[in-house]
Amino acid sequence: MLEAVSHVAVWVHDQDEAKAFYTEKLGFEVREDATLDELGGYRWLTVGPPDQPDVNLMLTQPGPPAFDEDTKNEILALVAKGALGPGILRTEDCRKTCKELEERGVELASQPEERFYGIDATVRDPSGNMWRIVQPIEYDLEAMKS
Amino acid sequence: MAPARHHPRVATYPLARHLLRARDLVDSGYTEPLDLEALASAAHVSPRHFSREFRRTFGETPYQYLLTRRLERARHLLRTTDLQVAEVCLAVGFSSVGSFTTTFRRHVGVSPTSYRRENNGPSAADRIPLCFAMAWARRPGVGAFREDTTPGAD
Repeated sequence: MLEAVSHVAVWVHDQDEAKAFYTEKLGFEVREDATLDELGGYRWLTVGPPDQPDVNLMLTQPGPPAFDEDTKNEILALVAKGALGPGILRTEDCRKTCKELEERGVELASQPEERFYGIDATVRDPSGNMWRIVQPIEYDLEAMKS
Repeated sequence: MAPARHHPRVATYPLARHLLRARDLVDSGYTEPLDLEALASAAHVSPRHFSREFRRTFGETPYQYLLTRRLERARHLLRTTDLQVAEVCLAVGFSSVGSFTTTFRRHVGVSPTSYRRENNGPSAADRIPLCFAMAWARRPGVGAFREDTTPGAD
């Protein structure tokens, strides 16, 4: 029986910059940050929301020897053009959260907007990964038209 | 000999990342007048270079992307609010009801009023986050997709 999603990879251009963004801007905490000499200096860097200790984002920088230069560049090009958006972050108050993020210097990729499923806005990390910030509301799927 | 100066390492990003910043500006500012110069400035490139590279990167012109965003929001407002068509027009960044109606009809296939009559209330797609809904609602082949007024960002 599978129990939970525990780790999700997020490709980034620069791990230091990503670490600063996810911790100082989004308020995540560092779970692990280890540079492994026996793996040629591979850096295992995970972060996550403080109130959700069992979910970790692996801030991963592609490159040799795991990926050749061409593959690395292809991955980073896709991230840079916003083609690999990682996901959705939940909040109790989207507008308040966005105001706090802007006060920390985060540039919103889209402002809070009322949608049928809630209020949502968008931020991007420095690499181009998009996160939707959603304040969900309950809705009745049965009442929706197909 | 002067000591070496140490500068913090700064990540360098491909052009696409800067173009994406301009596309985000469309998503955050589509209710306001947006022109090519403003978008190109957000991407730190010249307007001429910007249009060409935007299309090459994202498969559509900046103006087509802007219209997609405005019309997606217009459809949402027509389905889920009681706003008058003229109010919807202004709320999504059009300045002329005539232009809005013509553009809407060209893209959606019916007038805003007819669309509201035929699609009153939320649809199953309304539970999908905007970015996915917008990406998958895009029409293949964008050549016929234009507004009737002079575009500012094509």
